[in-house]
This record gives sequence, C-alpha cells and structure tokens, in this order.
Amino acid sequence: MKRIVLMGNPNIGKSVVFSRLTGAEVITSNYPGTTVDFTRGRARLQGEQVEIIDAPGTYSLQPTNRAEEVALEVLGWGELVINVVDATNLERNLFLTMELLEKKKPLIMVLNMWDEADRSGIAIDVKRLEEHLRVPVVATVALTGEGIAELVSRLGEAQPLLERETLSEEKKWVEIGRITRDVQKVTHKHPTLWSSLSEATIKPFTGTPVALTVILATFWTVRLIGEGLIAHLFEPLFELYRPLAMKISAELGPGMLHDLLIGRIIDGNIDYVQSMGLLTTGIYVPLGMVLPYIVGFYLALALLEDSGYLPRLATLSDNLFHRLGMHGHAIVPLFLGLGCNVPGALSTRNLETRKQRFIAATLLGLAVPCTAKSAMIFGVLGSYGQGYVFLVFATLALVYLAAGLVLNKAVRGESPEIFLEIPPYRRPGFMVILKKTWMRVRWFLAEAIPFLFLGVLLVNVLYTVGFMEWIARIFSPFMEWWLAIPGEAVVALLVGFFRKDLAVGMLLPLGLEAGQMVVATTVLSLYFPCVATFAVMVKELGVMDTLRSAAVMAMTALMVGGAMRWALIR
Amino acid sequence: MQEPITSLRAGTSAQVIALLGPGSSFQRKLRTMGIREGVRLKVVAVHPFAGPLVVEISGRQITLGRGIARKIMVKVED
Repeated sequence: MKRIVLMGNPNIGKSVVFSRLTGAEVITSNYPGTTVDFTRGRARLQGEQVEIIDAPGTYSLQPTNRAEEVALEVLGWGELVINVVDATNLERNLFLTMELLEKKKPLIMVLNMWDEADRSGIAIDVKRLEEHLRVPVVATVALTGEGIAELVSRLGEAQPLLERETLSEEKKWVEIGRITRDVQKVTHKHPTLWSSLSEATIKPFTGTPVALTVILATFWTVRLIGEGLIAHLFEPLFELYRPLAMKISAELGPGMLHDLLIGRIIDGNIDYVQSMGLLTTGIYVPLGMVLPYIVGFYLALALLEDSGYLPRLATLSDNLFHRLGMHGHAIVPLFLGLGCNVPGALSTRNLETRKQRFIAATLLGLAVPCTAKSAMIFGVLGSYGQGYVFLVFATLALVYLAAGLVLNKAVRGESPEIFLEIPPYRRPGFMVILKKTWMRVRWFLAEAIPFLFLGVLLVNVLYTVGFMEWIARIFSPFMEWWLAIPGEAVVALLVGFFRKDLAVGMLLPLGLEAGQMVVATTVLSLYFPCVATFAVMVKELGVMDTLRSAAVMAMTALMVGGAMRWALIR
Repeated sequence: MQEPITSLRAGTSAQVIALLGPGSSFQRKLRTMGIREGVRLKVVAVHPFAGPLVVEISGRQITLGRGIARKIMVKVED
C-alpha cells in the first residue's frame, strides 16, 4: 500500500488536513522507544487504497527534540510527501520545504489557511510559486474543506526531481527571501478586532483576569457535561446492567469468587460505589464516575487548543510553572489531572525533558485531586462544614506550589524555557473538535481502562488474602503516634493505600472530630494516586523514577499530616 | 546601539542584529521560528517577575523565556 506522509511546522492545521483526507479509521500510535505520538489513517484516493501518516510538527529536518526526530523517521517511510504550509507565514515555512525538496521524494505543497492569509492582506501567486519550487502547489482552507478535492486530484502530478542542488543553510534563507519577495504581496491592513484581542489576552494585566475567567468557565462547562452524561446516559445504562449483575451474584453464591467479582451485597442490593467487586465497583468507578468527566475535559481541551487560546494560557501561566521546574505547557497535565490523574499523567509526555516530566507527574499524583478524590473530600467533610472542605483543597494547592519549588531545586536535569508560537484566534471546526475528542476518549479507554480494571483486581486479591490488614497492623502504632488519630482510622488510611474510596467508607462510621477528619482526609489525598495512575507513571517515567516519585509523595504526606496534626488536634 | 531584547519595554520596535548562544541548533531554532538577523520585531508584552517575553514578527506572536530572549541582540528603532 502506498504511504503518504504529511509534513509541516507545528500549529498550521496539518491535523485538520489529515482529518479531511482520512476517514474515521485513524489510530494514534506511540513511536517505539519514545513518548512521541503520531497519527496514521487510511483513505481511498482516486480509487487507490493509501495509508496517510501525520508526522509530528517540525520546523526543520535537523531535529532539536524527540518529536522532530520522529518526524524525520516518519518521513523516511513515505513514498509521497504532502508539505502543509501556513499561507499566512510563507517565508518561515519555506525553510522546511527547501529541506524536504532535497530529499528528492515526490512532493506536493498545500498552502493552508488561505482564507486567513486573505483576511490579513497577504496575496500569494500560486503559479509563480509552483515555477520557483517545481512542485504542484494547492491552496486550501482545511477547516471548511476548500481545496481538498483539488489536492487529491493533483497528487499524481507530484514527481521526484532528481537534479536538485543542495544549499547551505545560509543560502537557503537567501533563496527563500528571493522567492517570497517574488510571489507574495502584503497589503497593510488596519489591526482587526481579533488582533487587538490577541494582544490584550497575552499581556499580563489584561490577560490574567481573562485567563481566570476562561478557566472558571471551562470547569463549569466540564462539570455540566460530566453531570449531564451521568444523569442521562451512564446511570440509566448501569441500571439496565443491574439485573444481570444480580443474576451473576445469585449464580455465584457466597464465597471468595463472589467477593472478588461482585463484592458485598448491601441491603440486599449491589451498591456500585461500595460493593467493591470487579464487575460492580470495578467497572462503575472508571466508566460511570470518571469517564463522563474525561469526555468533558477532553472536549474542553480540544476547544482551548483549536481556538488558539491554549498557547496564550501557557504564556500567562509560565511565570508560575517556570518556578516549579516546568514551563507553561504543564498546565495541561494539571488541567486534565483534575478530571482523572490517568490522562493527566499520560499528557506529561508533551513536556520535553525528564526533569519536567518527573516534576509534573509527581505533583499530579501528590496534590491534584481527580474527580473521584474530590468527591471523597466533599463526601467525608461536607457534613462537618464547607470550611473544612476548603481547608483541604487549600492545603493541596499549597503543597503543589511548595513541593514544586523544592523539586525544581532538588531534581537534576534540564528544564528548557518556554518557546512557542502564538497562533491567531480561530473559530474551531465543530466536526474537527468532535473527532479529536472522540479519538482521545477512545485512546483513554484503550490505555487506561485495562489498568484501572487490573488495579481493582490486584487490590481485591490483596485484601482477600489479608495482606493489606497485615501491612496496616505493622505501621499503625507509628501513624497513631505521629498523626494523633485513633487506630481504626489509621487502618483506614493504610487500607486506602490504593483504594481511597474504600477508606472513606471506613472513616465515616468512626465519628472522628473535625480536626482528625481533616488530617485523615488530607493525608489520604496526598498519599499515592490510584493504581492506574501508578501504572501510567511506570510507563511514562520508568520504574526507578516512579519509585522516587512515590517516595516523595509518601514523605510529603507524612510531613504535611504531621504539621496539620499540631495545628488542628490538641 | 546593540542590546539584548530583554532590556526593551513593551511596545518598543527593534531590528535583530545578532543571535548569541550555544551552538548552531539553538540558533537554527530561532531562525526557523522567524527570529533572524535583519528582521524587525515588536515587543508585545513583558511578563513581570522574570516571566516570558512576547514578541511580534510579521504579524505573528512568539513567546520566549527570559533566558532565550537574553540571547537575542537588537537595535531599537524609532
């Protein structure tokens, strides 16, 4: 099967061109040995079945990071290259084009965002550009699909040119300057409303309030989507499933297998939150509680990305994240992590260096409460008063900052500075957003659900054989002394090692004082994330760094818990 | 007079004179992002507390960390 590779700079709508060319059958894969993703899909173009690969965006073929290395590798697989170029930024994009031409592969150029170029007063003579480069050039507006049909019909015109000279870097820029002056006419236009808005939203004093508003609005939307999906889709589905689960329960009868698969029967029925069986709570927590919010978070992320707001948010938040040893892009793992730590941990791979990924993942597991953890905090402390709930969340935020400051100093390695292009604001395409969200949700299902499921299984086995109680008994005297909470609560804390939800069920009936409950809940949240997050961390960071990260989490939880004990319990 | 872009205020226009800094790959990255000797740029925003700079080059904005920006030598234009 013929392979076509899409090459181009980052953020120029390359993936939109890709979406337009391929059908629904696309897979995102991870390049072996790296944490870089690229997308491939199939299409029938002019009666021929072809594979299309969307390489990671790159500015040149001399890689400066892993993503660019992968782009170069992927380029090698292609028999035909579609070079996607930003029509609003021709000169700069031509550098990659010049390098691609030297590879002597058949190449067709796509001048994307033609409409935007037109609006900003840029006119490009396509015919002349074709003459200069000696390759077919097609103007497109991928968002609306304009020009895509022409691109497909002209793919055959792309022929390899063998007699092409190799230019030095300096000569390339000279040549690019010459071509650009010849084919491009720029008429100065008055600043549009959009460009004034662009400036206002990236300056610190006007941009910060806007950013805070956008963040709040985003969370509100995510919550709305999550709650809506639960009430109208997931709850009804699980009610449909209930009779079947009850039937399985009756068939199994009491015993170890029943404990493992169904769990406890509460008041003659299955309680999806508390039964703790593999086929009850094991599928309800990931699918019925977490997934609806994941859909909301991914949808919101796609909107932030495609509208062009995300790079602005990264710029505005860089000041904070830079001090914590990361840079502005670290807002993505934080944001996704508030939905579920698993996609949050997966998204740390977009940070460049080991140091940045380590810090982002550690802070995530430590102090970013996912939907399930937040529900736990509200559930346990709500009856004591909202002030206590606030106290826990405020502590988590403080720990995030403090631990970040310390880790930035303590972790060795590079932490490159922010360096990114701010694309103009764009109206996101409805179908593109839906497709992107769907692809990511499907990816989450494939990557995370098996781990969540295995985690529940593993923990259930460890409980059933009494391993967890054994561990709890060993540590209990020390914790009782250090945190000043009664023995049963300590057992709950240690049992909550991997199962926070279970721990909550054990804490509630103990009738603790407010102060003790705050300490217990805070330690329980800071402590480790869930098993699934751990599994993803091992995948992203490796075993050694995950162990280091876990050590940081355990130490921090004990230190903060100890400090709170002195502040809150007499 | 030649000075690093970090010493400019927001709203100032300048011409890039030279790129300092380690190795050709760092400089290539700057050039492919549009920051080349001879181009004109405008400082759009300077984030306080040693935060990033935002510059505009032919209508496109770029965010640069302070350390990167320090390597870009410019001449202020009126």
